[in-house]
Amino acid sequence: MEIGQQPPDFLLAVDALTVSFDGFKAVNDLSFYVDENEIRVIIGPNGAGKTTVLDLICGKTKATSGSITFRGKELTKLSENAIVHAGVGRKFQTPSIYDDLTVFENLEISYPRGRSVFGALTFKRDAAVTERVEEVAEMIFLKDRLNMSAQLLSHGQKQWLEIGMLLIQDPELLMLDEPVAGMSVSERAKTAELLHRIIKNRSVLVIEHDMKFVEDIAHKVIVLHQGKILSEGSMEKVKNDPKVIEVYLGH
Amino acid sequence: MTANPRFFSRSELVGLGVLALLLVVILPMSLDIFRLNLVAKYLTYSFVALGLVICWGYGGILSLGQGVFFGIGGYCMAMFLKLEASSVENTKIQSTPGIPDFMDWNQITQLPLFWQPFHSLTLSILAVFVVPAIFAFIIGAAMFKRRVGGVYFAIITQAIAAILTILIVGQQGYTGGINGITDLRTLHGWDIRTDSAKFILYFVEVACLFGCLLVALFVKHSKLGRILLAMRDKEDRVRFSGYSVANFKIFAFCLSAVFASIGGALFTLEVGFMSPSFVGIVPSIEMVIYAAVGGRMSIFGAVYGTMVVNYAKTSLSESFPELWQFAFGALFIAVVMLFPNGLAGAWNEYVQPLIDRTFSRNKRSTSVASEHPLANGAPAE
Ligand SMILES: Nc1ncnc2c1ncn2[C@@H]1O[C@H](COP(=O)(O)OP(=O)(O)OP(=O)(O)O)[C@@H](O)[C@H]1O
Ligand SMILES: [Mg+2]
Repeated sequence: MEIGQQPPDFLLAVDALTVSFDGFKAVNDLSFYVDENEIRVIIGPNGAGKTTVLDLICGKTKATSGSITFRGKELTKLSENAIVHAGVGRKFQTPSIYDDLTVFENLEISYPRGRSVFGALTFKRDAAVTERVEEVAEMIFLKDRLNMSAQLLSHGQKQWLEIGMLLIQDPELLMLDEPVAGMSVSERAKTAELLHRIIKNRSVLVIEHDMKFVEDIAHKVIVLHQGKILSEGSMEKVKNDPKVIEVYLGH
Repeated sequence: MTANPRFFSRSELVGLGVLALLLVVILPMSLDIFRLNLVAKYLTYSFVALGLVICWGYGGILSLGQGVFFGIGGYCMAMFLKLEASSVENTKIQSTPGIPDFMDWNQITQLPLFWQPFHSLTLSILAVFVVPAIFAFIIGAAMFKRRVGGVYFAIITQAIAAILTILIVGQQGYTGGINGITDLRTLHGWDIRTDSAKFILYFVEVACLFGCLLVALFVKHSKLGRILLAMRDKEDRVRFSGYSVANFKIFAFCLSAVFASIGGALFTLEVGFMSPSFVGIVPSIEMVIYAAVGGRMSIFGAVYGTMVVNYAKTSLSESFPELWQFAFGALFIAVVMLFPNGLAGAWNEYVQPLIDRTFSRNKRSTSVASEHPLANGAPAE
């Protein structure tokens, strides 16, 4: 690092990020910055490119150009598992859990130890693992479901389980794609409470359509439209932006 | 639940015991040596089916080319036995004594370099393990690192099986060609063609099979076993939980290759020859059928499935030489349609509950609350 240059304050810096699928730019020259301990929400109409942004950050999709730096590390050059090891966790839009395993086993697989082939063969379920799994299960309201096959959980519980699978990795940046989609009103409230609780030592990047939920949790909001930022700022500011009202909130 | 998953579940211990009783006591006592040798031959395929349970059942990687690895093991062993059978004394009528007869027929005057290590039994046995592992590693790394999977992988393994067969048949002078490597006699001077040798080899094979069963059970109960299941279900979730999915697939594929190779080596010892007819597409698909009939998620099912299918095949081909292939196909379709989880699935669904009910009736008087159904949440066992 050059002398005199400020150390980066941002946990995540996305700069001029572009991805083109056969000429169609799903994300177009996008730049934004996420602070430590910040809950940032991305909203926008269907097909705006929200999920694609998360895909780019976690390495699922390779960027055409631009850069993503996380704690000063360039993520676009890393493999998917290296990005996870760097401290980025990501929840998918449809709940992605392992149906054939129990809740306990689902969480255990995400426990950050024994991730190599040999490590997985010799992995021992010791007290540290059990304690941590129970601790996380408590947070995600599934403490009494540990031995249940994950496929028997309700939709909302599956969403929580996947959030729990990320929490157990203890990522510094947690990315959630529509975490409350398909949840009941009371489940939404519990999820908001959960997010407020887990924010203490990490930043969270959330994609959500539910405006009530967004108002509840967001520190700052980005409105994405056709791969570009339409508006950015506090929920209050964004809500009253005429451009946003026209393309997104109006209907 | 909070304790480590036990090394073996109770039903697996029972499974091991029942299988040991069958293979070590019942079959050797009730069958003549000809029939017992037939069982030994069937059992060599069950090593392949066992590998497929890990690789296909657990890992979701369907390989239609396991014959390749069966062949590698078989040829490694056959090459050793052939060299021993081709001593200068035994082959003094050849124009070049001391090399295998088929080489002499093909005007080869010197033992090829790749045959040299097979003068040593230790190196040959090592090769049975190492060569398939390396070969599977190369295929696996090339495919899985590029995210080739599913049907594409299955087709590529088929192609490899076809290519290897053509290569073996074409390179007659080095491989024995279509006839394979035949006229094998002794292992370190011990005649393997006698009845007593066949009897002993049967028990050696059963011991090897139990070794492989224990390895498979260990893998199943390790976190790696659960990761394989998780990968089969939600590959991306595993990848974005920080695992290199490709490495786990490579491991499962290599393990299945080594199992198949051990089976092949034992086949050569039991049956006394090896030929390309065990390498190609048709035998490779038959091996998948064994695993499917046994139940592709069931480690013990692999053994029973292989034995049942081969027994049916032998009886049918004895009684209806023209019809057996149709009957064989029909049997396969029937089993897969009626019992998608194979014999093991049928057992778990119909027989096991019956046994449990009988047992719990006897037990209820002594202990009621100590029962822990699904204590390990073991999937599909
Ligand atoms: N791998 C891909 N190949 C081609 N086009 C893609 C790919 N991934 C996304 N797209 C396209 O990019 C656009 C943005 O998709 P994306 O999934 O990011 O939208 P979104 O904002 O998450 O929408 P939603 O609210 O419906 O989840 C869509 O038009 C989609 O069809
Ligand atoms: Mg989306």
